[in-house]
Amino acid sequence: MDELLSPFEGIGKYILKIIDELGSLIIYLWESVLSIFRYSINFGNLIDQMIFIGMDSFYVIGLTGLFTGMVLSLQAYYAAKIVGVTYMIGPTVALSMTRELGPVLTALMITARCGSSMASEIGTMKVTEQIDALEVMAVDPYYYLSIPRILAAMIMLPIMTILCSLIGIIGGYIVYAYVLGLNHMVYIEKIYQYMKLSDIYNGLLKAVFFGIIIATISTFKGFETTGGSKGVGRFTTQAVVLSSIYILFADYILTSILF
Amino acid sequence: MIVLERLTKSFNGIKVLNNLNIRFDDQKITVVIGRSGGGKSVMLKHIIGLIRPDSGRVLINGININTLKKKELNEIRKKFGMVFQDGALFDSINIFENIAFPVRQHTKLKESEIKDRVYSILSDVGLSGQELKMPAEISGGMRKRVGVARALILNPEIVLFDEPTTGLDPIMSDAINNLIISMHNKFKFTGIIISHNIEGAYKTGDVIAMLYDGSIIEIGSPAEIKSSKNPVVNQFVTGSMNGPINFNMI
Ligand SMILES: Nc1ncnc2c1ncn2[C@@H]1O[C@H](COP(=O)(O)OP(=O)(O)O)[C@@H](O)[C@H]1O
Ligand SMILES: [Mg+2]
Repeated sequence: MDELLSPFEGIGKYILKIIDELGSLIIYLWESVLSIFRYSINFGNLIDQMIFIGMDSFYVIGLTGLFTGMVLSLQAYYAAKIVGVTYMIGPTVALSMTRELGPVLTALMITARCGSSMASEIGTMKVTEQIDALEVMAVDPYYYLSIPRILAAMIMLPIMTILCSLIGIIGGYIVYAYVLGLNHMVYIEKIYQYMKLSDIYNGLLKAVFFGIIIATISTFKGFETTGGSKGVGRFTTQAVVLSSIYILFADYILTSILF
Repeated sequence: MIVLERLTKSFNGIKVLNNLNIRFDDQKITVVIGRSGGGKSVMLKHIIGLIRPDSGRVLINGININTLKKKELNEIRKKFGMVFQDGALFDSINIFENIAFPVRQHTKLKESEIKDRVYSILSDVGLSGQELKMPAEISGGMRKRVGVARALILNPEIVLFDEPTTGLDPIMSDAINNLIISMHNKFKFTGIIISHNIEGAYKTGDVIAMLYDGSIIEIGSPAEIKSSKNPVVNQFVTGSMNGPINFNMI
């Protein structure tokens, strides 16, 4: 019996751990936000981080958007063809991208590229006593390291999401017009007809939350790092896994509130 | 003056500091010697508030730093410079920026004034011309000297050195010791040096203290330590395997 229950026990423990961690994360985010008021924003660091997030993820997000839009167009075609509504392919691609896939895929890609390097950079600083050195020099590490990253992610995630969705819609168009050989004007017209501005806004609002999640969790895990270079690897992995879970979880919650 | 009063600290149920008492006098250099893993770094981190004691007090000029708010503690910390055991240099910025870092954070000096200061201390520590290298590109001895320069650039009242000579060859060790002495003559800080290099301790210290079993078991001038009757101190300074210190401990 114990054997049979043990997977459930494991899941239960995991959930408890995640809830416990959520508490620490909220306290950490609060501490970081307080440090903005205690000092003021370091714009040099903020710009550096924004460039880092933008440059580092530009190509990967462009490619992700492109292929996702292309495959959406292709998949939608098989369904739409049956009921003879192929003119709905454009709106399907556009709405999926702006409301859902653009924000989520961008967030997951940025987690993989930037979240991991935030965690490992700060983690390395932690195990090599560079964080202690900051504190000793009377520099608040939250202010110096967390805030620029959290703000940069908040600003850059929506921008990268727009990029991803836009390229996705273009990808869908390419397949629609050149692979499926359908009337390309219909694709664009129908998007105009069915897409509302709120679809875009709400998608971008999601992206802002995802940005906060990625940078908060990744920097938090960096600060938590112990155990030398092995520890850096372990905590970086945790940062990526935890960020991804929280993104998907928050996506569901936000979708049910916003749409 | 810095006073550690009945300081006790445990990690995972193991007492690292046990009722430790010591006083560091102004403008003197005190060298704290003791075994590796004996809690010397832990003691040093208490002095600057990186670690809080389980019980006991840390008094900096009469102020108990463990009761301070973050902002007040940071004001106290500005009196300090610290040289970390492995340098703790910021590895994403070059030597110049590492040394300039505290200046940029805490003063509003113009770029040209920052340059003057950094170049002047670079020549004090014998690193002129190395300022554009990254921390990963320089040797261990150079890293320690950059650490010393970074700790001293704001001319602090108190400087903490965590094993400034450990891991260096004897010639480089001696150079670092001479550097500390000449910097002390120039800046007149209160120095606390952690070391297990006994010759270096005799040379640099006005006072030598021995940390053993979580507390300070002996403190005195180099001459007094040399002729100590305490068998533990005696064994440590002569570097003998035989005596009350069991090398299987810890
Ligand atoms: N942050 C910490 N967490 C847990 N244990 C620690 C921590 N810092 C130091 N210790 C333990 O305290 C003991 C003394 O360490 P330390 O002060 O670094 O020795 P040393 O005298 O060589 O500087 C060691 O056993 C070390 O493992
Ligand atoms: Mg140590």
